[in-house]
Amino acid sequence: MDVQLTVEEETMTAFLSGEIDHHGAGEIRRKIDEMAQRVRPQKMILDFGGVTFMDSSGIGLVMGRYRLLQSFGGALCLRHVSSPLKKVMRLAGLDRIAQIEDTRPGEKQEGKRS
Amino acid sequence: MKAINEMKLTVPSRSANEGFARAAVAAFIAPLDPTIGELADIKTAVSEAVTNCIVHAYRDGIGVIYIQAKILEQGRVVIRVRDTGCGIEDVKKAMEPLFTTCENGERAGLGFAVMESFMDKLRVSSRPGRGTTVTMEKTILSKGA
Ligand SMILES: Nc1ncnc2c1ncn2[C@@H]1O[C@H](COP(=O)(O)OP(=O)(O)OP(=O)(O)O)[C@@H](O)[C@H]1O
Ligand SMILES: [Mg+2]
Repeated sequence: MDVQLTVEEETMTAFLSGEIDHHGAGEIRRKIDEMAQRVRPQKMILDFGGVTFMDSSGIGLVMGRYRLLQSFGGALCLRHVSSPLKKVMRLAGLDRIAQIEDTRPGEKQEGKRS
Repeated sequence: MKAINEMKLTVPSRSANEGFARAAVAAFIAPLDPTIGELADIKTAVSEAVTNCIVHAYRDGIGVIYIQAKILEQGRVVIRVRDTGCGIEDVKKAMEPLFTTCENGERAGLGFAVMESFMDKLRVSSRPGRGTTVTMEKTILSKGA
């Protein structure tokens, strides 16, 4: 688990990588919030391009950041979400609170053998 | 039904074991040649059950998590995750989507909902003060089916 943060004008992007579970979520949350509270971005992009696993702790992470952004009127965008991650996010209705962007190029679809 | 293979894993309720437990179960079922989707489903469900032991059952300390997995005939996989922690007062209510006893707002209350929808079967039995057992089942469709 790792997170790299960038800020460009009004947009903050968090590049997440590795496995997102309860074990790693706390540190990701602290890093993102520390920056977000300082810059109060109009838009936050959570980039899941490097994420290989996510469970409901990741859903909690997204919902918590959504609430934080709402407190100062920012919007949330979820980017590079692979299909197994999308399945978890849809179950949680995250597609209703944030814009979910494209699947990663070259990603294997469900049903194909590993 | 007779088990073709079986494994048991006992770990302390440290959060570093969330990743270890789901990887161990994934490695155990690898001979069934699951799809990427099936593997992700099982890893996610195991992660939910193990995390609940750590976050809820043993919230005030470290306890033991007992994980058992069996491969039965026709690709049936049965996984049991057991703790001897605080137990659940009202299991039916705990299993409702969005129900959580977590107060810091960082939990979605969707762990059981994930287990239920990603696996074919889910059974939860619990006794307050004694602990909780979660049993999940999923059939891995045979190659080419
Ligand atoms: N092993 C357990 N021991 C004691 N209580 C449990 C256990 N598993 C679940 N619970 C109770 O059931 C509730 C619902 O569990 P569930 O996994 O669905 O949601 P959560 O853990 O609160 O949030 P999330 O899984 O989305 O992070 C928990 O809040 C907790 O009160
Ligand atoms: Mg849970």
